Amino acid sequence: MPSVKMPRKSTDTDMTPFVDIAFLILSFFIMATKFKPPEPVQINTPNSVSSQDLPENDAVLITIDSTNRVFFSVLSEKNKAIPDQVIQKLNTLRTLNLSTAQMANFRKTVAVGVPFSSLGSLLDVPAEDQGKFNQPGIPVLDTLSNELIWWISASKEVFRDNQRPLKYLIKGDGGSKYPAFEAVISALKKNDEFKYNLVTSLENAPTGSALDVANRKGVKTK
Amino acid sequence: MASIDSGGGDSGHKKGPGVKKAKKLSTRVDMTPMVDLGFLLITFFIFTATMSSPKAMDLRMPKDVDDPKKQNEAKESGALTIMLGKGNQVYYYEGQLKVDVGVNNFKQTTFKGIREIIINKRKEVMARHVHDLGSPESVCKEMQERAKKNENPDWETACLDRDFVVIIKPDVDATYKNTVDILDEMTINGVKTYAMVKILPQEYELIQATENSNK
Repeated sequence: MPSVKMPRKSTDTDMTPFVDIAFLILSFFIMATKFKPPEPVQINTPNSVSSQDLPENDAVLITIDSTNRVFFSVLSEKNKAIPDQVIQKLNTLRTLNLSTAQMANFRKTVAVGVPFSSLGSLLDVPAEDQGKFNQPGIPVLDTLSNELIWWISASKEVFRDNQRPLKYLIKGDGGSKYPAFEAVISALKKNDEFKYNLVTSLENAPTGSALDVANRKGVKTK
Repeated sequence: MASIDSGGGDSGHKKGPGVKKAKKLSTRVDMTPMVDLGFLLITFFIFTATMSSPKAMDLRMPKDVDDPKKQNEAKESGALTIMLGKGNQVYYYEGQLKVDVGVNNFKQTTFKGIREIIINKRKEVMARHVHDLGSPESVCKEMQERAKKNENPDWETACLDRDFVVIIKPDVDATYKNTVDILDEMTINGVKTYAMVKILPQEYELIQATENSNK
């Protein structure tokens, strides 16, 4: 009986298209990835239907974490001298007696969340190790000793001197309590600032709501 | 695996005798390590990618005015006061607060229920609206003109809800998320006039009383 010869098929498949696609995806992710800026604390922002992009330059970021601690940071990518000027201004406004080295360290500091009394010891710590520094938050809840007012007024003056517009970003954790937010707002109000941007994540407008209908008709809301 | 086949076979032309054949080195490069690394990078970037970028929500606050004469007043018929309490609870009343026996307009709801209340109140205010287009200092006319300029197809109804005002009063137990949610609800339902105000002691006591009775 003649044996039936099965033709041997090679198990070697051509992987070239597969690898091509893989590298395409790789280049997409490399392009699309934007690394999260370092955060002093983890913040879960609430959702909103607002689709406005966040201004990331020329802004002051006030962070409220889930335990109602308030942090302050100056966002100025283009002009690195602005943070230096802010801390110098604050030093003279409140006579904090900070050393030059301490003030130079402020530029690298991600966020400040300490009262003025311990600002010096925070700035003594190198920026990389500040994550371990126990920051109790800027005191805001007491109207008389609301130190955020001074931080805002110093930055407001510096940005005005540099002729840059200044935006106020408030990034609150969803679980933080309202009084902290109210205190932040009142500190801004004391500086005659009435327009703020709240940092939120995007969420779709519910179907059938007035906003949804308006969006479909192409009505400009602003 | 993946490799480039550059056709290194013996398809070249015949050389004459005496011509030494140069030893052909294979041009096949083993690409396996490169592909391995490629996939490693893909996994890394997929995991670190933050796809949703944060968005900004506008908030405008009025200047604090101590003089009661200069403060804005809301028409009682068109006012809806929303208070935010502990545990995502929402309390509201229409017009003036009445808590006498028999007439009690202090009610409790949730974030899901408040939307319907806002929509209904808005409809009610809009239905009651009387156009004052005849009078010389017509506010309606001005609002309609502005809507027309903004290419709003509904410009005719632009001033119907001008008496509708929502007053938001978060109490000390409300979270920041509650505050953002209720502000968002204003945008969602097209409420044009709203204000965030400090809660009155009387209202706070009522909320606490309701919370205690619900325990």
